[in-house]
Amino acid sequence: MEASSLPAPERALDTRRRRDRYGDVALKWITGLAAAGSVGLIGLIIYKVVDGARPALSHIGISFLWGRTWDAVSNHFGALDFIFGTLYTTFWAVLIGGPISIAIGLFLSELAPRGVRGVIGSLVEMLAAIPSVVLGLWGILVLGPVVHDQFGPWLNTIFGWTPFFSSKPISGSSVFTAILVLTIMMTPITASISRDLFAQVPADIKEGAYGLGLTRWEMMRGVLLPYTRGGLISAVLLGGGRAVGEAIAVTQVIGATTHGLALNTFLTGDTLASRIAEQYQGATSFLQVGSLFFLGVILLVMSLVVNFTAQIIVRRYAIERAH
Amino acid sequence: MRPSLKATGRARRRLLTNRASELTAALAAFGAVAVLAIVVIDVIQKAVPALNIDLFTQVQATFGESGGGIENAIVGSAIVVGVAAAAAIPIGVMVAIYVSEFAHEQVRRYVRLALDVLNGVPSIVIGIFAYGLLVTGSGQAAWKGSFALAVIMLPIVARTTIEILGLVPNALREASVALGVAKWRTVLFVILPTVRGGILTGSTLAVARAAGETAPLLFTTSIFLNSVVTDPRQAVDTLPFTIFVYSEAADTNLNQQAWAAAFILMAFVLVTSLSARFLLFRSERKIRGR
Repeated sequence: MEASSLPAPERALDTRRRRDRYGDVALKWITGLAAAGSVGLIGLIIYKVVDGARPALSHIGISFLWGRTWDAVSNHFGALDFIFGTLYTTFWAVLIGGPISIAIGLFLSELAPRGVRGVIGSLVEMLAAIPSVVLGLWGILVLGPVVHDQFGPWLNTIFGWTPFFSSKPISGSSVFTAILVLTIMMTPITASISRDLFAQVPADIKEGAYGLGLTRWEMMRGVLLPYTRGGLISAVLLGGGRAVGEAIAVTQVIGATTHGLALNTFLTGDTLASRIAEQYQGATSFLQVGSLFFLGVILLVMSLVVNFTAQIIVRRYAIERAH
Repeated sequence: MRPSLKATGRARRRLLTNRASELTAALAAFGAVAVLAIVVIDVIQKAVPALNIDLFTQVQATFGESGGGIENAIVGSAIVVGVAAAAAIPIGVMVAIYVSEFAHEQVRRYVRLALDVLNGVPSIVIGIFAYGLLVTGSGQAAWKGSFALAVIMLPIVARTTIEILGLVPNALREASVALGVAKWRTVLFVILPTVRGGILTGSTLAVARAAGETAPLLFTTSIFLNSVVTDPRQAVDTLPFTIFVYSEAADTNLNQQAWAAAFILMAFVLVTSLSARFLLFRSERKIRGR
């Protein structure tokens, strides 16, 4: 039926219907485009970073991964020391921060009195909100001297026989300081995820455990921890992912000079992210810029692997729970 | 003789282990709070002597001279973050609308995964991405820094909005459809006004996060004039970048100003994220209460 042959009120309704049909389609497509764009953004990031690394890929190739020098004068670049630095600092940060975070999660969900629970929980999350550059400033001007004057000599005297503290720190800037800062950064993330995990454990199985006469610690170890195991692993992974990717605070405190694959945490060091950040104005040659992008590719791969693994574990764990 | 009720042997050991573990967990939590307190107090203490009017009304003094301020960094930060927010918030909300109102289950899952992955990309990588995409060949600009920050803000805005849209009761959508209201009108004029608080929360969190980011700005807006610049097409100084450079400066005058800048930045970030929590609490209660 022709629209013009309708009486006036119905014609108005008809235009409105048509407008609504267009409105529905338009909103769906506009928002869909935004969604597709944010998925495409990941592809674009990967493409651009790999593209930037092309000079290094063609001149140095895959041996960049185990190259040991970073010399802008003779144009030799390699990444092994930085890969090691990232893995080593993250390893320690996770080793120290992981158990502390889980303990905080347990405290917040099971032990803290109701009144202070919310307050302490919020304060722990506030710690995550401190900008990394502020934490780095504090790290270099406050924590660094303490590491140099107190922690360093003290740990060296007691644990000097281990490879980790085999000398006294020469300055406040050291791998050790970076590990402490990274631990502070990852802890609130892992702690608040684990608190949420513990809160999801059904009350009846907790009560069942208490009913059998278990103490609180036995209930936590025997019920909460096994029940949330998958989630806890990914909580720690996500915290570790933060440590892997942190550039600014690490740059400020780690000292920006590598000592090869040294285990001694009181020496200066460098990580993938901090090396990129340090050279923001110094990169002059084509190959050096390409090498920085190559470091970015390695860093991107590492953080994608960590995040995907965490996601997969969470999902598998959620499916197991559903059965 | 009455048997004693005091735990002995195994029972006693169990009780002691329990006590010790509770104490350890409490210590861990108070340790984290103590670190927060130490950092905040240190920043305040060291910033107070450096806080003065010059800080807000002057630019960096010539090398070696005392005085000077960080006005250009404050103005620059406001511009870079403002432009980033203007881009990231609408797009983030659109992504969330698509995911919760239009997408099929499968698509929904992929977009959410993509947002999580985007959230996990290290900010320094986003910095060199923006450098490779926009800066190579044409130079630095404030808006290029904004672009990098917008990439960081987008997943935060989208995820919070998706979550708050999930709280809207379906009865509201059904009631609107039953009255013959078209879907797009339902979404824009019924659903969105309900979740205003949630969107505000997500945006505030994203702004707080972006304001403190340094890494994406290193490669996009780090070479600038020592004067107040308000044109987003030129490179500008920013608060995080100033802290980064001044923290490693050998000049104690600049170290002092780094503390002052850190104080301003931290106060802004903590106040905004605190108000975001408050807003979230209020809007969740409002939606649930309906």
